[in-house]
Amino acid sequence: MIEDTWCKGCGICAAFCPRQVLEIHHGKVRAVAPEKCVSCGMCELRCPDYAIYLVNLEE
Amino acid sequence: MPSDLVHLYMRIDHLPQMWCPGCGNGVIMRDVAQAIDELINDPDERFTREDFVIVSGIGCSSRAAGYLDFNSIHTTHGRAIAFATGIKLANPKLHVIVLTGDGDCSAIGGNHLIHAARRNVGLTVIVFNNDIYGMTGGQYSPTTPTGDLATTAPYGNLDRPFDIAQLAAGAGASFTARGDVFHARETTEIIKQAICHHGFSLVDVYSVCPTYYGRKNKKGDAVEMLKWQQANLIPGARFETMSQEDRQGKKPIGVLTHNDYPEYTDEYLKLIDACRKKGRK
Repeated sequence: MIEDTWCKGCGICAAFCPRQVLEIHHGKVRAVAPEKCVSCGMCELRCPDYAIYLVNLEE
Repeated sequence: MPSDLVHLYMRIDHLPQMWCPGCGNGVIMRDVAQAIDELINDPDERFTREDFVIVSGIGCSSRAAGYLDFNSIHTTHGRAIAFATGIKLANPKLHVIVLTGDGDCSAIGGNHLIHAARRNVGLTVIVFNNDIYGMTGGQYSPTTPTGDLATTAPYGNLDRPFDIAQLAAGAGASFTARGDVFHARETTEIIKQAICHHGFSLVDVYSVCPTYYGRKNKKGDAVEMLKWQQANLIPGARFETMSQEDRQGKKPIGVLTHNDYPEYTDEYLKLIDACRKKGRK
């Protein structure tokens, strides 16, 4: 999940994503390759603004 | 709708926080919330949410007391540890956590820090150490490395920096440790140990300030600064296995000192008891 209004576009999540799922476009993060995501949670762990996090879609 | 951790422990109506893009403080605040969450939900520990008190001083770091949804107080510059000592003495069963910065705790509040450490008051101090005064515009702080640039050191800082964890240990702190933004999981574990410690505990957490410290010193953006932490701040167990040559320019993170000294509020209550008994005779 991406909380767009909280993202400040620092790029930390995109840089530390091991599967290159994320990119910064116009100052906000976008999941450009969501099918590659392995739910490792690195983006959620490192986002200083709590703007990106994992959710269980089955729930 | 934010993540469960943020929803549970932060004041959502105050978010997004005011820190700059890429500031490490948000990650450290999350580590603190994560550590408290794991302790509350640990069946072997007896922590309840109501027992935690968050105290902060002034500075970028100290805004955290406003965002974390606990019993919290945002106090005056450098005096967070003094307020926290009062809270702990008034109600010793509380877990009082001080969130402070490098300038707040080692310059303006330097005296409070060393004496709380010497007395072994049962507080947990988490230092958001970004090597600079961020909120006021990038002046050099007691932890700015020698030679680095700041708005008040345009030709380079002449001072030698404090190592806050060593400073606290030298002043008699019974638990001192070092963490950083990159090693978030390790730092969360260290914060948990610090909270569980009976006595004064201090965790010096290296933050990153890309806006002032990073830009002025050409250390790159937040990503570059975190990659520097990844390469140069080494978890203690791995640091032990490294050769002297490989250790050059690197620093270990983890627990530095851990001793059992008599805790101040315990001794204070014992003294009150002893005086009462004496008075009855």
